[in-house]
Amino acid sequence: MSGNASARLCDMTVHELQGMLARGQVSSREITCDVLARMDEVEASIGAYVTIDREESLRSADAADAAIARARRDGDLGSVGELAGIPVALKDNVCTHGMRTTCCSKMLENFIPPYDATVAERLRAAGAVIVGKTNMDEFAMGSTTETSIFHVTRNPWDPGRVPGGSSGGCAAAVAAGEAAAAIGSDTGGSIRQPASFCGVVGMKPTYGRVSRYGVVAFSSSLDTIGPVTRDVHDCAIMLNAIAGRDERDSTSAPDAVPDYSEYVDRGVRGLRIGMPKEFFGPGMSDGVRSVVERAVRALESAGARIVEVSIPLVEHALAVYYLVATAEASSNMARLDGIRYGYRPEGRADVDVADLMSLSRGQSFGMEVKRRIMLGTFVLSSGNFDSFYGRALRSRRLLKEEVERALTECDCLASPTAPTVAFRFDEEPDDPLAMYLQDIYTTLANLAGVPAISVPCGFANEMPVGLQIMGRMFDEGTLIQVGRAVELGSGIGGRRPVVGGCAK
Amino acid sequence: MTERGDYEVVVGIEVHAELATESKVFCGCKTDFGARPNSQTCPVCLGMPGALPVLNRRALEYTIRAGLALNCSIARWTKFDRKNYFYPDLAKGYQISQYDIPIAHDGYIDIEVDGQPKRIRVRRVHLEEETAKLVHAGDDIISSNQSLLDFNRSGIGLIEIVSDADMRSADEARAYLTKLRSILVALGVSDCKMEEGSMRCEANVSVMPKGSKEYGTLAELKNIASFRAVHRAIQYESARQIELVRAGGRVSRETRHWDDARGETAFMRSKEQAADYRYFPEPDLMPLEIAPGWVEEIRSGLPELPDARAARYVGQFGLPTSDAAQIAESRELASFFDSVCDALAKAGQAQAADGPREAAKWLVGDVSAALNAGGIELSQSKLAPELLAELIGLVGSGKISGKIAKSVFEEVFARGVRPGDVVRERGLVQISDAGELAAIVKRVIEANPGPVADYFAGKERAIGFLVGQIMKETRGRANPQETNRILKEELAKRS
Ligand SMILES: [Zn+2]
Repeated sequence: MSGNASARLCDMTVHELQGMLARGQVSSREITCDVLARMDEVEASIGAYVTIDREESLRSADAADAAIARARRDGDLGSVGELAGIPVALKDNVCTHGMRTTCCSKMLENFIPPYDATVAERLRAAGAVIVGKTNMDEFAMGSTTETSIFHVTRNPWDPGRVPGGSSGGCAAAVAAGEAAAAIGSDTGGSIRQPASFCGVVGMKPTYGRVSRYGVVAFSSSLDTIGPVTRDVHDCAIMLNAIAGRDERDSTSAPDAVPDYSEYVDRGVRGLRIGMPKEFFGPGMSDGVRSVVERAVRALESAGARIVEVSIPLVEHALAVYYLVATAEASSNMARLDGIRYGYRPEGRADVDVADLMSLSRGQSFGMEVKRRIMLGTFVLSSGNFDSFYGRALRSRRLLKEEVERALTECDCLASPTAPTVAFRFDEEPDDPLAMYLQDIYTTLANLAGVPAISVPCGFANEMPVGLQIMGRMFDEGTLIQVGRAVELGSGIGGRRPVVGGCAK
Repeated sequence: MTERGDYEVVVGIEVHAELATESKVFCGCKTDFGARPNSQTCPVCLGMPGALPVLNRRALEYTIRAGLALNCSIARWTKFDRKNYFYPDLAKGYQISQYDIPIAHDGYIDIEVDGQPKRIRVRRVHLEEETAKLVHAGDDIISSNQSLLDFNRSGIGLIEIVSDADMRSADEARAYLTKLRSILVALGVSDCKMEEGSMRCEANVSVMPKGSKEYGTLAELKNIASFRAVHRAIQYESARQIELVRAGGRVSRETRHWDDARGETAFMRSKEQAADYRYFPEPDLMPLEIAPGWVEEIRSGLPELPDARAARYVGQFGLPTSDAAQIAESRELASFFDSVCDALAKAGQAQAADGPREAAKWLVGDVSAALNAGGIELSQSKLAPELLAELIGLVGSGKISGKIAKSVFEEVFARGVRPGDVVRERGLVQISDAGELAAIVKRVIEANPGPVADYFAGKERAIGFLVGQIMKETRGRANPQETNRILKEELAKRS
């Protein structure tokens, strides 16, 4: 999308806004006000946010404006943070100092962290204006954002459809112009699938690329933190701001962080793009299949070589994923016992401490959270450990080896992000297992630890379709490079949902 | 008493010792004892959402140090695991611990009971984190309707040291614990204060017919708060089990609670009621590779351990074995002793030859007694090594008698004054001059014709009375050997 005159500030990309701010054509206050105005117009119908902090947003917008003005006067724009004055939203599992962080659960409904997550800290240090916290499935467990205790979030392209999940609020906010960019978390597809459903770009970086410190853990060995943006260039800019070693996260990698925006215009000539044949079998809707295949052909015409690869074990990915994720979740959720913080049943001074913890958890966790805690507890229990968790870990290692082997035959892997476009609220499967199939293409990257991006590549039934590109460990650069080519080849650049007039 | 008739007692011991690192094991919080409750906490040790652990390298080093001193092998590769259970003192709902790959394994401790040396195997040493402290408000846990939590302790590094079931009596168990504590304290890895809870132990006790190869069913004893309690608890429990088995009953696998006031163990829970901890590898911490080069570096930096130190005291200074062991066992006593020896050597070779033996005698005797009486540690007393060395020097050079030295010591210990000053101020210098002594002796003989007559009548004990009179006259300053010699001479002249 180019900065056409009729476009509103709240619909512009981060790189467009950066340019205008640097040239003094616009102030952060103007941008932030327009974003807040858009929220006023559409929040009632979209419901992307659970917390909006207007005053603090305007205060940090003014601070950014002062910093930019000073830097312009001194002729030293390099001294201003890369995201100075840019309105950014955070998923509500990213701890924000002094700002409620709920994970959209009754358990943490009133939890105000006394610390910032490292990503929040880095965004603030880069000058970003944190406008609010976005809706999500409770503790990131879900694929539709419906398990939030607050409200549903509606897809900006069609309010009768889900935004995807669990980072549905992030994707909807960015698609609807309620933030220039957002930060979500992705454990099995939670950034990529909603990005695909809402027609925005979403990236799950390599495990260890972005610090997890301060992001409420779901599954520690699978959780990743990444950007949701309007285009691939913005994805590179956001990743630049949050990537890199953090002493507070032992699993964060010391590997050097390149400037990802340098990959944006490299093109795909000579790159080998692998198509895992297992990903193009049955299970995908016809609409998604034709859009994805066309996107791959477009990459081919842009100079990439398409090669077929095979990851035979991928059929087990979903099972392995749900064993590992629930096992770790059951343990990670244990700290939420109502003792030091969090929900406590009222007027129950008569109960002993064990009952107090049971009641706190029993009354505050939703069905999906309870289901996963129970599954995970079962998986880890002494009689089952070897047959479930132990086996899952071994399978995970094999899967990782297969992915790595496939990535020696090509530079990256292409597939759909999700098997369908966003579904209608009333089409939704009742069976939780059917819902878990939403993650069929996405969990592999989390299990293998490799980076993956979802880029809008076309429309099926007037709803956006995302193409997923998976890369080698710490090779987010190639994903930016290929992602940008997908964007150019799709011919849909700049198409935005019509919001504001949506029926509630 | 512990071995009753045809039965043998089998004991294994599990010790938890808090590491003396300045900061906690997975966060940067301080570990000072006695700080205001919850003042040494952060999101990590409070188990706040999203907080992550980062391993304190010093805690790992201390664990390796302990492992090496306990003659263990150090793992090349290890990891942490989560031990999952719910309890209000457990911030995260799991404890970061080590399950199947401890940092150190398969070592031993040599002990001695009644002159019998014995080797007790150490199965493993692993690193984990402390829980918070739960304080029940009110008089006792039953009447209390409120519990308070102090997270200052949460996340302090803890090492767990597990022995094999190699001990055969309560005495051996106590000797094992005493030796273990002296080693850990000498290493500086833990202060091992049972009364502050920085060292805790659990004993696994079972009995079996003498000569049997098969251990009986064990009971796990908890809530043991002192070495004395360990001894009593093992004695009580083994007697209970023997009685039970003799009466045709069967010991059941259970955890029992030691009630120190009543002096008995009581059923707590059975094996079946034990929690399933659902151990799994801690995903928030990377597996650890321990470089052999680093282990060797740590090994070469190990301080002298109690056994080696005692051997040196015997070899170098000719100390009696029991004095040497007693001093070497306490880091404080040993370093004090070393300083006294240094001061003596500096003061002159003549005194130094016998000095260390004298110093040892003082330390295990009067000094320990005075410390016990005052209920204080050596470091809290006013006695300095130089003062004790000076006192030993005064005796060695014949300036004061051993008896006078004891009273000088009392004053030095109480006030921290120099022994030489006490002697000068109180005019306590020993009278060794033969002429001076002879004059006093003659005076006493003349003044006491009765006892002198008794002496000549064959009552040898009368001489003691006369010596007493001389000491009284000189206020104890008469050189005892000289006095005896001159008194006998003078009496002989009159016979
Ligand atoms: Zn802490």
